Amino acid sequence: MTDPEIASPSAFPEPSVLATHSAATVRPVHDEFHGDLLEVSMGPQHPSTHGVFRMVVTLDGEVIVKLKPVFGYLHRNHEKLGENTTYLGSMPYTDRLDYLCSMTNNWAYALAVEKLAGQPVPERAEYVRVILAEMTRLVNHMCLVGFLFNDLGTSFTPLLYAFREREKFIDLFESLSGSRMMCNFQRFGGCRANPSPEWLGAVSKLVDGFPKFLDEYEQLLTGNEILLARTQGVGCLSPELAVQAGITGPMLRASGVGYDIRKADGYGIYPRFDFRVPIGAHGDTYDRYMMRILEMRESVKILQQALRDIPAGPVMDPKSRLRNFRPKPGEAYGRIEGPKGEIGFYLISDGSPNPLRYRVRAPSFVNLTVIEDMCLGRTVADSVVILGSVDIVLGEVDR
Amino acid sequence: MTPEAPITDNEREELRRQGIMLTSLQEIYNWGRSNSVWPLQFGLACCAIEMIATATARFDIARFGAEVFRPSPRQADLMIVSGTVTKKMAPQVIRLWNQMPEPKYCIAMGACAISGGPFKQGYNVLKGIDRFIPVDIYIPGCPPRPEALLNGLIELQKKIRGEKLTGPNAARHLRPDGPGERLVPEFGEHDLNPPHDPEVWQAPSLPRKT
Repeated sequence: MTDPEIASPSAFPEPSVLATHSAATVRPVHDEFHGDLLEVSMGPQHPSTHGVFRMVVTLDGEVIVKLKPVFGYLHRNHEKLGENTTYLGSMPYTDRLDYLCSMTNNWAYALAVEKLAGQPVPERAEYVRVILAEMTRLVNHMCLVGFLFNDLGTSFTPLLYAFREREKFIDLFESLSGSRMMCNFQRFGGCRANPSPEWLGAVSKLVDGFPKFLDEYEQLLTGNEILLARTQGVGCLSPELAVQAGITGPMLRASGVGYDIRKADGYGIYPRFDFRVPIGAHGDTYDRYMMRILEMRESVKILQQALRDIPAGPVMDPKSRLRNFRPKPGEAYGRIEGPKGEIGFYLISDGSPNPLRYRVRAPSFVNLTVIEDMCLGRTVADSVVILGSVDIVLGEVDR
Repeated sequence: MTPEAPITDNEREELRRQGIMLTSLQEIYNWGRSNSVWPLQFGLACCAIEMIATATARFDIARFGAEVFRPSPRQADLMIVSGTVTKKMAPQVIRLWNQMPEPKYCIAMGACAISGGPFKQGYNVLKGIDRFIPVDIYIPGCPPRPEALLNGLIELQKKIRGEKLTGPNAARHLRPDGPGERLVPEFGEHDLNPPHDPEVWQAPSLPRKT
């Protein structure tokens, strides 16, 4: 340590808590007040907690020594309702899990049921799914970057850019599925509607113009000195901890672990596309921000290839049954690489119209479990930014 | 108390052309209030995203003077209950409502805030925020479009403009006997305790033929 003000974690009264994480450096307080800890409850109504999340933070001065996340303020009994409705009846509920990316939730659920029932999917539907999933990824990452800058104190401006662009995507979702946010579009064995050539042309036009927006966005944000000062070296997550905690998605890749289910599983038709998986080096908040930006550029590539190659044909397997759908007894786990990480659905069928067990593996819930390790030794203001970079949606965390 | 509309609108317009502006205290007070409604920056679930979309450039809630989203309930006039209220969250929502100063208004945005919506059957979902908070405007939808929220806001503005300053029908915040804080339920073992505020909401009784 070159800075004499900053002591090693072992100098702090509770070394056992802090020694677990290498990046946690704390500033000891040498005055008569030292030792008085302050407990602050952030949330559930707090502008930076992205919904109704609550953090009980124990502070020494302004430094976090303990952070306890409190979940469950949006527990909407998703899994219990899923066990009491038919397989198809759960599809609209999956929209409301991660309400920024309903299309990927739909796909993950459809994939699980298709695995359970052995249902094939037509070629064109696979392409449509890839197109919609990558569009969702663009929307999610754009909005995440906007919200992250909100947490940094920009007061809405980057979010206005993101939402301006998001509206263009949302309009396309609406013209295809009839709903802006809750698309409810995928079905077991295909998609609900066949996109017209005009719709695909509109997507193509939007996607081709997207890198220009991204350049503008990055020019405004990426080199910004405040961003660099507030995010570089903040909230480091080591690759070992990330793997042990089951972190997935851009957050895992920011820590330097090259794991992307699109490459690892090759579900759908992803092996046909040429794209790279960006990987970070430090695992700090800045890397997590850059992962989103770089992934958006790769998504644009996938979209361009998919829009070029999409074949004609039906989008629904004619043999698929939606009404009175009773899969054979068995179990299946379907997972995809959602914008936030691995979103998976685990289903057990007993041959009845309802699943016997319906379980959601929500990426933002798992990613949130390491929030304490990232925040220890940082200030309260940093914890807000770190939480923003995790990318949580409370509908999915609490389910 | 002055009678309603002592002069007609035509007469007033005529006077305005002559350079004389006539108004009543009630009118100008309500006009000012209705055009500067500050909502509480408070998102619960999916509808919050549409609420943010309403605040952004395309829909621009600033056109109606309601763009100042306040994170503190003490500075807010309007609570937009945007999303599912769970039983764990309901005490906090009602506490926030109690912390808002009068005059205050409540918009129940979306099916969940109105009745529990698609999650009504869930064991942890409050079946409508109107069981504890007096709701002024209900906006159906799952989630409602931003245009619907704007329409709800316009309806609220109409409601504010129609409020009386004096008399038996005076607005809630001007009546000395007007209700103060609402009952904050307890997050009990099985349900909220009590499950609804009897002053605000009673279970509807079915009309029976005798």
